[in-house]
Amino acid sequence: MAKTYEPIATTTVSNGTTNSVEFTSISGNYTDLIIVASAKYSSAGYVIEMTFNSDTGTNYSYTRITGDGTSAASTRFTSQSKAFGGWTGASAFAANVVQIMNYSNSTTYKTALTRANPVDDRVAAYVSLWRSTSAITSIKLTLEGGATNYYTSGSSFTLYGIKAA
Amino acid sequence: MSVSSVKTGATGISLLTGNAYYLPPDFESIATVSVGSGGTSSIDFTSIPSTYTHLQIKLLGRSNRSGGAVTDNWRIRFNSDTASNYTRHEMWGDGGGAYAYGAGNETSGSGASLSLSTTSSTSNNFGVAVIDILDYANTNKYKTTRGLGGTDNNGGGAVAISSSVWRSTSAVTSITLFGELGGTLQQYSHAALYGITA
Repeated sequence: MAKTYEPIATTTVSNGTTNSVEFTSISGNYTDLIIVASAKYSSAGYVIEMTFNSDTGTNYSYTRITGDGTSAASTRFTSQSKAFGGWTGASAFAANVVQIMNYSNSTTYKTALTRANPVDDRVAAYVSLWRSTSAITSIKLTLEGGATNYYTSGSSFTLYGIKAA
Repeated sequence: MSVSSVKTGATGISLLTGNAYYLPPDFESIATVSVGSGGTSSIDFTSIPSTYTHLQIKLLGRSNRSGGAVTDNWRIRFNSDTASNYTRHEMWGDGGGAYAYGAGNETSGSGASLSLSTTSSTSNNFGVAVIDILDYANTNKYKTTRGLGGTDNNGGGAVAISSSVWRSTSAVTSITLFGELGGTLQQYSHAALYGITA
């Protein structure tokens, strides 16, 4: 039986001067995409912003639920210029898994699920919407806070493709 | 250890020396359903083999629930069991608060709550979910599932985690998925069943 869960590309930050990682020329050969990101930054509470196909318009929105050890909370973000790609950790690398369903479908908007585990302060789940019917051909993962904020060396980002029968 | 090919005489570490390597997959596509025009009341996976350790279902869905709400719930049923053998727990956030719910002795489990969009959602907007069914073929355990799903409508929607137990030790051989509040899953809804080997 053919493999259905394949690594497409991996980037590991080694220079300490990387603010964003981008997967480009993503083929439409799969059904879903998964991003596994192990990410760290020198300060706690920084987000990995995710954009598709270089679209920086306000075509994204997301809803989250978080728990910080004391209470659970939920927040919604509308008409954003990015989707949610994960959190970075400060004391340790945060584990993030993003699932992007039917990414090459040209009929539906694109929705992603993210489980984010920034060990410093919270656990979280997100659903993000990109209001576009375009097939996703590139994904950019940018550390928030400006171009001089850099992922800690050792941060890694892997893109997988899953193919349904 | 090296192995010699009786065909070519070549040696190598592969048991298929002289031929291409075969790497057994551990994540396999079992079946996929895409809902066509007119919709469907449920998505059914039948004749599921017991050759895997776990199952995973990936869902893209929209129901015909009307009335203004932009979310609906995926419900799940195993082996066509409609008796009160299911229990569920759910936790979700809708942008305004975080909530939890539990219920027992139900006739279906929680596949993934609040992860179907509806006719009140923006056009082209479909919710998504991932459901894991652990040890589905084990005849010594009740069957426990976990779900992660959500739908965002740029001003409405929710993200949720859920779990269910089906109080049966039977191996899961069929799965039925349906919308709880809307009777019809709409065109372009999509469900993919995968098997995971240990």
